[in-house]
Amino acid sequence: MINKIVQSVAAALAGVKDGSTVLIGGFGSVGQPDVLIEGLIEQGAGNLTAVLNNAGVGRVGVARLMELGRVRKIICSFPRSSDPVVFETLYREGRIELEIVPQGTLAERIRAAGAGVPAFYTATAAGTPLERGKETRDFDGKRYVMERALKGDVALIEAWEADRWGNLVYRGSGGNFNPVMAMGAELTIAQVQHVRELGALHPHMIGTPGVYVNRVVQVDRGGDWLRPELS
Amino acid sequence: MPFNRDQMARRLADDVPEGWCVNLGIGIPTMVANHVPAEREVIFQSENGVIGMGPAPSKENEDPWLINAGKQLITLAKGASFVGHADSFAMIRGGHIDLCVLGAFEVAENGDLANWATSENDTAPAVGGAMDLAAGAKQVWVLMEHTTKDGRPKLVERCGYPLTGLACVRRIYTNLGVIDVLPEKGFVVRDLAPGVTLDELRAKSGATLHTN
Repeated sequence: MINKIVQSVAAALAGVKDGSTVLIGGFGSVGQPDVLIEGLIEQGAGNLTAVLNNAGVGRVGVARLMELGRVRKIICSFPRSSDPVVFETLYREGRIELEIVPQGTLAERIRAAGAGVPAFYTATAAGTPLERGKETRDFDGKRYVMERALKGDVALIEAWEADRWGNLVYRGSGGNFNPVMAMGAELTIAQVQHVRELGALHPHMIGTPGVYVNRVVQVDRGGDWLRPELS
Repeated sequence: MPFNRDQMARRLADDVPEGWCVNLGIGIPTMVANHVPAEREVIFQSENGVIGMGPAPSKENEDPWLINAGKQLITLAKGASFVGHADSFAMIRGGHIDLCVLGAFEVAENGDLANWATSENDTAPAVGGAMDLAAGAKQVWVLMEHTTKDGRPKLVERCGYPLTGLACVRRIYTNLGVIDVLPEKGFVVRDLAPGVTLDELRAKSGATLHTN
């Protein structure tokens, strides 16, 4: 019997190694694997490369992980946030490395890793400072930049519902980076609000097939959320 | 009287045709959605994977799982759909967005756009989705104040700030007027805000403004 449901956050994060590249889903406050990030803080892995859209807010979650000195490098599109205090301090002191990637290129580099494509060309960033150090090439008279696939050792993602096969259903704008990160890592760990019986999730509603998911842990986000209006 | 920000957004909204799929950048561009008449069907796309945004929610209709690219709470229009980031940016990069409205630090007469970093030495600039949108949308319109706070022109011959995209801006809406950016030609004045003269517009611009 296939059963990817694990019984604790600690079990979900078991075996994450020092030096891992960790893809972290979410956009703004929506779709963030906040409980898994807290779990990673507890778990202890360090020297991490964190891949996510923002560089952390306030002193919680990813910002806390950075403040504890566990993140060597951050790869993101938007290092500014409403309160990027931890990142900015570490960055100014030269204690964290930063790679800025345009948001769509970030998603596509991860998708490429998940789809077995080592590199691709995009017009995004052509002629800008972000093409520096990258191969460029003209196709049909237009300039493109070669971008390399970005693979995670681990992906931490969040979804609304799951079944024991690891099939995931997202809610609202909570998909965002989660489905692409699910396919772009060796070990994909999902936190979900609800676990349903196998067969209860409508096949058309499944945003990430369980093939991409290794472990699922149910967490109580504390909110009394309604069922998504479209399911 | 120059346009205020609301009037700038309305002036741009007047020119958005029915049926277009439109991505609005953060800041003044977001206000454009408030000024498209309800009877004109325009699809608003947000790069976090929402296609078909509706107006901002009333307090009792807030859903914390529904936000736009500016992290503001939104509603869904009838006919809305969701995709993840990879598909959302495939839609952008693949030329399926009719129009993107962005703010800018500078626009050059060849259509070059600078809107993400104010210095080559800015060590941690935030690019977000701006470069993807600049390169991928069918049209880019800029909505911005005509000059900087200290009065320097933002319409220039060549951008001094680091570029977001090459030759991508088609039209500029400012508090003073509407200016097309035409290949081979440069800036062409299309409209003036009430009471603004062509001489004033030219005095506040850093490149030649043509009139036809």
